Amino acid sequence: MLGLEGVAVPLGMVLTVLSTVLCIIYGLLNWNRGYITEEELEQEQLWKEEESKVKENL
Amino acid sequence: MSMPLLTSVVLVYLFIIGFLTLKAYRNTSSAADYMVAGRKIHPFVMAMSYGATFISTSAIIGFGGAAAVFGMSLLWLTFLTIFIGIFIAFVFFGRRTRIMGLNINAHTFPEFLGLRFNSRGLQGLIGGLIFLAMPLYASVVLMGGAKFVAQILSTDYNAALFFLTIIIAIYVIMGGLKGVMYTDAFQGSIMFCGMVVLLVITYQKLGGVIPAHEQLSAMKEIAIQIFGAKGHTGWTTFPAFGSPYWLVVVTTIILGVGIGVLAQPQLIVRFMTVKSNRELNRAVLIGSIFVLVAVGVAFIIGALSNVFFYSYDPETSGKIALVAAQKNVAQIIPLYISHAMPQWFTAIFMVTLLSAAMSTLSSQFHAMGTSLGRDIYEKALGRQGNSVLITKIGILFAILVSYFLAWGLPAFFEGGTAIIARGTAIFFGICAAAFLPMYFGAIYLPRMSKAGAYASFITGTSVSMFWIFFIHEKESKPLLLCKSLFGVDSLAAGTLWTLVDPLVIALPISIAATLWFGRRGSQLPREHIERCFHNIR
Repeated sequence: MLGLEGVAVPLGMVLTVLSTVLCIIYGLLNWNRGYITEEELEQEQLWKEEESKVKENL
Repeated sequence: MSMPLLTSVVLVYLFIIGFLTLKAYRNTSSAADYMVAGRKIHPFVMAMSYGATFISTSAIIGFGGAAAVFGMSLLWLTFLTIFIGIFIAFVFFGRRTRIMGLNINAHTFPEFLGLRFNSRGLQGLIGGLIFLAMPLYASVVLMGGAKFVAQILSTDYNAALFFLTIIIAIYVIMGGLKGVMYTDAFQGSIMFCGMVVLLVITYQKLGGVIPAHEQLSAMKEIAIQIFGAKGHTGWTTFPAFGSPYWLVVVTTIILGVGIGVLAQPQLIVRFMTVKSNRELNRAVLIGSIFVLVAVGVAFIIGALSNVFFYSYDPETSGKIALVAAQKNVAQIIPLYISHAMPQWFTAIFMVTLLSAAMSTLSSQFHAMGTSLGRDIYEKALGRQGNSVLITKIGILFAILVSYFLAWGLPAFFEGGTAIIARGTAIFFGICAAAFLPMYFGAIYLPRMSKAGAYASFITGTSVSMFWIFFIHEKESKPLLLCKSLFGVDSLAAGTLWTLVDPLVIALPISIAATLWFGRRGSQLPREHIERCFHNIR
């Protein structure tokens, strides 16, 4: 297959292409999923404030 | 090579690096900015930075050269790098790491595990291991980059080493992780384009995809005649099962790197740099295409260089790649570029390799510096101060250690070059065995105890070290400890065990120890676990 001999190397090539296709399909299907939640934003803000406080204390 | 062309390309490259460094410097004010890029990195930047950090010059030159010897069986590593290094890493590790990292406000990989298992001692130990083991890995990349620059510019190695280190030091110290990731994305884009052009020209030169492969398959008898005793069966087939070549290809190259990628601190920290899981989802797509090209092309070109040298290049006619490069594996790809590629591409490829070296080095320096400054000095030792400043000092110290290792070790220690050359494999192996079971437990096993985390670290590190110092001959021989204690290069000398990579032995033992001890010892407080796993589904 593809000018390659045996089973293992062509299989490696096919799996390489298939795993890339899997990643592309996964990326496209979930392109807009999982955006940051309000809760996560608040948490981030909280850590920022805490770091500022530590800086001030120093 | 045309010097004016090369000079112009390098100057434009350095100007863009300077611009990105300045941009990162202006946008960096807090510890979170400096260590986790403010948790707001674009998915393209994240994916390219992840890939460019993973793929160094030694990966392109070293793995490409290895493919010229072992053949296309190395394509299995491309598969594992995409499937495990991108898909499994981003989808099953990355998302949980990002959420948990935010829940506990982790800034580094050691801090992530230290906070998760509620142990500053563990954070210090992990930071210490990174700081001790990573300079070896960094110095191999530094040496590779400096040697390449010295060769291309016909300059002294020490001068090239000095200036390369200075340039990277400036942008890592100034820009922190933002500087590292912005430049990584730029450098990754150059690498991507360079490798695509390399692939296209190669196939065009050899008559197309299938004819090129067929010509390589037709050289089977030559491969068997030269390497057959070690298990070589041809450049388009897998080595004979259980043979010395099979053990090297499967245990060291395919499994060692393919699994080791999951536990790299400098890669894991990137999961904590994005705003949400959406960015990670997008990065899966971008990262997979980048890795397919950057890793896959090196293996294909490396193997096909045999056809070029044997049948197409009048200067090397009748010689396989290894013989054409005077048995120097690291010279195969540079020789192929200079003989097979047009003049203009040599300049582009020079920048491609420079990018590969610099992107990996900058991340290594940043990871080592944060380990020393944040994890050891600030957290484990409990010293207070300006986090960013402490980390900058840590990075400077890490850069100096790597620089002197790359400069001094080969000059003062007979086995110095050999052991540095093994730096990548040693670091990947230790990381996988010491960190992977603990890291998996941290994000998937809420009931795992602190004892389990310590078991993973201690068992993984000690078994890896034992195998490196006393069994695996590639390392035990140049390290000389086994020879000085027992009078032999390896305790398993004369058996196939000397070829088995430390990871294959240390990782299963470390997993077993983690599971055994993880069920014992006192449980962490319920509120702490709930806080760590909050929003993780």
